[in-house]
Amino acid sequence: MSEPASMVRMGRGGGVLAGASAGVGRRSFLRGASLAAMAVGVPGLLSACGTGGAKVEADTCTSTDLSAKEKSIVFSNWIGYVDPVKAKDTSTLEKFQQETGITVDYKNGDVNDNEQFFAKVSPQLGDCRSTGRDVFVVTDYMAARMIELNWVQKLDHDKIPNVDANLLESLRSPSWDPNRDYSVPWQSGMTGICYNSELTDPVTSFEDLLTRPDLKGKVELLTEMRDTMLFMLLLEGSDPADFTDDEFSAAIDRLQGYVDSGQVRRFAGNDYVDDMKSGDIVACEAWSGDVINLLGGGKYKWVPPSEGFAIWTDNMLVPNKAEHKANVEELMNFYYDPVNAAKLAAWNYYLCPVEGAQQEIAQFDKSAAKSDFIFPSAETLAAGHQFMPLSGDQERDFQRQFNEVMGG
Amino acid sequence: MSAAPPSPAPRAAVDGETSRRRGLGWLLLVPGMLWLAVFFLFPTIQLFFTSLYDPSGSYEQGYTMTWHVMNYVDAVTDTWNLFVRSFAYAGIATVVCLALSYPLAYAIAFKAGRWKNFLLVLVIAPFFTSFLLRTLAWRTILSDQGPVTSFLQTIAVLPDDGRLLATPVAVIAGLVYNFMPFMTLPLYASLDKVDHRLIEAAGDLYSSPIAGFRRVTFPLSLPGVVSGTLLTFIPACGDYINAELLGTPKQYMVGNRIQSAFLTEHNYPLAASLSLILMAVVVVMVVLYIRRAGTEDLV
Repeated sequence: MSEPASMVRMGRGGGVLAGASAGVGRRSFLRGASLAAMAVGVPGLLSACGTGGAKVEADTCTSTDLSAKEKSIVFSNWIGYVDPVKAKDTSTLEKFQQETGITVDYKNGDVNDNEQFFAKVSPQLGDCRSTGRDVFVVTDYMAARMIELNWVQKLDHDKIPNVDANLLESLRSPSWDPNRDYSVPWQSGMTGICYNSELTDPVTSFEDLLTRPDLKGKVELLTEMRDTMLFMLLLEGSDPADFTDDEFSAAIDRLQGYVDSGQVRRFAGNDYVDDMKSGDIVACEAWSGDVINLLGGGKYKWVPPSEGFAIWTDNMLVPNKAEHKANVEELMNFYYDPVNAAKLAAWNYYLCPVEGAQQEIAQFDKSAAKSDFIFPSAETLAAGHQFMPLSGDQERDFQRQFNEVMGG
Repeated sequence: MSAAPPSPAPRAAVDGETSRRRGLGWLLLVPGMLWLAVFFLFPTIQLFFTSLYDPSGSYEQGYTMTWHVMNYVDAVTDTWNLFVRSFAYAGIATVVCLALSYPLAYAIAFKAGRWKNFLLVLVIAPFFTSFLLRTLAWRTILSDQGPVTSFLQTIAVLPDDGRLLATPVAVIAGLVYNFMPFMTLPLYASLDKVDHRLIEAAGDLYSSPIAGFRRVTFPLSLPGVVSGTLLTFIPACGDYINAELLGTPKQYMVGNRIQSAFLTEHNYPLAASLSLILMAVVVVMVVLYIRRAGTEDLV
């Protein structure tokens, strides 16, 4: 800075910024900036032609299984699905780790909502890259979608004999994976109503939940379109397993009405549990087992609504590029041993997909063995509904209508 | 540059120096420009193209480019109410922020004495924990059974069955809280630079303290007001966390709709056109505002 002329210029400008603009005039800056923009914009033009689909060509996205060398698994699941990992004597996961020497990195609550989870893993799976997870658990329709996209590794049934031996007959051949080549049920469950019996009178129907004045603003519904719309369809008198686009629109209008009236406080994923605990809501649409295993039962009651309830299954999938498939197969096999399945079900209170678990459970927990949550009677199951399989176009259209209601 | 020898031929030396300075100016711009090009310009161009994809495509099948301009029309007709709500909430939050931050910044700049640095650290302290956690904490604070709600019910500000959480008040309060440091810091920076002799001079000329503030201090702090309001209003328009966690569907802002369009519908054209419309409207509003407020020296 020994040059007087530039000293003067800097001095008048009054600062570093002014000094820089003296060096690079505004015109030349703009010229340079637009050149830079073009240079960067040119590769951008490539994607001006659209994007490829997320479907992966079958058998092209493979990986080497490192299970023999690396005794570990990364396991993503919903909350309230495995008995507490830290409890040494009771935890099934702890037992699995001791028996097999495989360490499980359990990501509790990594899955909070099927669509959200899809959004989390789709950039990697659509591009044939690792998600960093070896196994995750998603609901039927989402498992179907991922298998259809060829995102899931085929299981080796020789390594999961317990699954072949003990999987409930009714779950053996879903339309989207008839031989269970890609998926193994984790638990099934029911969607119904949970209410806090200390803060409200019993809520036994969706009609009540959504119209009773004393529940105004103290009710939550699930962000899962299928769960929530199933009840709207039932209220409309439609069959959730077979309905038309018009019937769906009518059900959406009904939902909009409940939102506009202020009855519904918000839409929640698995975190509805927190709002029940804080007392901000007194009743909500809820998944059966959560009420026992996360809310501890007691004043929290779960009831199948008088209109009927939803029944679904969550499935374990091994995504492409996961490098510990054989370890995961050991885990699947472990949980299909009726002894372990019984232990798990006695804690999480979801429908147990393992034959023989009921006899096991009877030996240490009589009330669980009789529970309609874990081993529902044929009578109970008859009132269960499933959501119709959707085409891609319907899926998008319905989800958009649903999001527009959720989005105010 | 200090190594440059004292020049015997001033004219030529000045020219050489100027062109070297010019080169240096460009060089200093390179890192920032590259960063913005890769992480802002390129994604924005990509977003622009995405907003014109054929809306009948899907995530599974892919999207084809058909220059479908109608995406913008659809986006506006479906969600104009969310835009109105977003700008209203962000606007109110900005005004409240200004009203709360100005006295705070004023006190720190003029009255804090040796506590100045300590108070500044306190203003920044919320950044030590994550934005998400702080907003979640507000859910506990405002909860129906929580102390704030029951206090307000006791003094009859809220009706007995009234609530704070899941109302517009909670969402706006969350926005105010989360963006307050962005308002306070620029205000402080401006106020701190105000020459005290000017305020004294106003007093010497028989100005009342109020008139002195109105005609001397406040005009001198305007650059801080302008940059503070911009730093608050712009991010508040696009925020969706506060509406999601502290509100209900009736308080959702345009950010919530963009999020659900991107993440659960995979309707990329809709999400992209919503994002660009938001960006464009904010830019227009900001330009009008700056024109009116003047930006002689914002920093």
